[in-house]
Amino acid sequence: MGFDREGRESVAVLELRAISKHFGAIEALSNVDFALECGEIVGLMGDNGAGKSTLVKIMAGNFRPSGGELLLEGRPVHFHKPVDARTAGIEVVYQDLALCNNLTASANVFLAREQTRGFWPFRILDDRAMNERARELFAELKSETRPADTVRVMSGGQRQAVAIARTHLSKARIVLMDEPTAAISVRQVAEVLDLLRRLREQGMAVVLISHRMPDVFGVADRIVVLRRGHKVADKPIKDSSPEEVTGLITGAIRAA
Amino acid sequence: MPAESASTERADMNTVSTTPLVRKLIAAQPFWVTVAVIIMCAVMSWLEPDSFPTKDNFFNITRNFAYIGIMALGMMAVIITGGIDLSVGSVMGLCGIVCGLVLQAGYPWWLAVLAGLGAGALCGIVNGVLVAFVGLPSFVVTLGMLAAARSFAVVLSENKMIYDFGPDSDIFTAIGGGEIYGLSNMIWLLLLMTVVFGFVFRFTVWGRHLYATGGNEAAARLAGVPVNRVKLQAYIVCAMTSAIAAIMVVGWQGSAINALGTGYELRVIASTVIGGANLMGGEGGAFAAFIGATLIEVIRNSLLMAGIDSNWQGAFVGAFIVLAVLLERIRGSRTD
Repeated sequence: MGFDREGRESVAVLELRAISKHFGAIEALSNVDFALECGEIVGLMGDNGAGKSTLVKIMAGNFRPSGGELLLEGRPVHFHKPVDARTAGIEVVYQDLALCNNLTASANVFLAREQTRGFWPFRILDDRAMNERARELFAELKSETRPADTVRVMSGGQRQAVAIARTHLSKARIVLMDEPTAAISVRQVAEVLDLLRRLREQGMAVVLISHRMPDVFGVADRIVVLRRGHKVADKPIKDSSPEEVTGLITGAIRAA
Repeated sequence: MPAESASTERADMNTVSTTPLVRKLIAAQPFWVTVAVIIMCAVMSWLEPDSFPTKDNFFNITRNFAYIGIMALGMMAVIITGGIDLSVGSVMGLCGIVCGLVLQAGYPWWLAVLAGLGAGALCGIVNGVLVAFVGLPSFVVTLGMLAAARSFAVVLSENKMIYDFGPDSDIFTAIGGGEIYGLSNMIWLLLLMTVVFGFVFRFTVWGRHLYATGGNEAAARLAGVPVNRVKLQAYIVCAMTSAIAAIMVVGWQGSAINALGTGYELRVIASTVIGGANLMGGEGGAFAAFIGATLIEVIRNSLLMAGIDSNWQGAFVGAFIVLAVLLERIRGSRTD
């Protein structure tokens, strides 16, 4: 019983059916249904401990659900570890960004996927090719990040661009963004939201986990609200309002 | 502040790419250490024209820092990953004794070399496995190895000096003690190894992964860098450079003693730090190890020449380590 967007008949790129997760006696998620389509941004909201990060970790392969199933383009999948999710095209951009500050932007984009040329023992890093490809990726994202700059000197927005370019390189179809706007300035938030729109234009499915109401309402197509492990809302953003969502998060409104 | 830097960055984009290169050079610690070495040599040549700028003294200085430099190259690999290896001096002592025993037993020189390298590799594997796979702090693991390897060296040697190198004695002593074009074999080996390590650090995937591991281990792991394997290999490389240094020094001195390398860990680590390695990991290079080792020896030599007790070297080295780390801290706080 996935969510259907009105007027469109398409198979969800990722669908979670009746997902439950308990840690001992604690029920982190119960019976959550969640579907994600190409070219849409879903805002995932909820209070601390509502189950957001548990849900994301299930999608990213960090946790296995206690019950329910995951379907990728209609086919059931089982992720045993994060690598499985990544090979299936699901990338996570972590809140702390997980970049190496001492390396350049392009070295970070290509980390563990370095391009080389020549032959052993003279197989060397092809920095020129990697910089060139990174430059293209940043251009696609309309970011001013320069490939040869060290991450240490970059702004928060540029760092986001590097982290997102990483997901691009692997041809991910689904990007899970964990609080991308939590620790950056207002000006950079606008930059990051633009990056998310770029991803949507390119047909990716984006899950935006955020505490910040204006960001979610500024960029998301649909909103999913979790409360105490239950999904209490799943509706197009235009049919909702920040007031309603606040009510749903706090429990003032039971469901919508 | 971010707005300012963004606009200057944009302005830079159109300028020629040589200017950042020059700027990078000037910002790099090895550059300034090189300048310091040149100035010290110039001053000493002026103060002591009869003894400092001589062929003999040059031969001595280059040989004396060569084996420290060789070990500093291996240490650099470990320090780039954010670890430290305190056991290099003891491992050197153990490898020297193993070499000496194999020669004394009448085996050929190459077997002695292989045995020395093997002993080094074994120490490196123990260090590396305990740090990378068991997850113990490198400080603790290698401090243990510092004690253990030295004790093995004493036990194996039965606390005796080994000077009977058997039938291949001449070949073995020629490797470490020989000279080519008026310079010791050791300095040539150091130069060669500096080039090789520089190439590996800068141009290979493995080198990139060393820096990534030291820069942000969690991020490197998430990205798929085989962090544990890279660390293990770094400790093996480090211990093997100690073995190489041991082979060369034992050959040069014509004897193996179990006290060989005592206290060298300080000089080796100081070389890397003075050259510009960051003890927090992620920064450093092959030339940094080379030039750091050079500076320490030039200082020691200069003190001797100036008639100052050479035991002051320790005070200088200690002060330099703290100063270098302090400078790093100041630089770090400015960029964050």
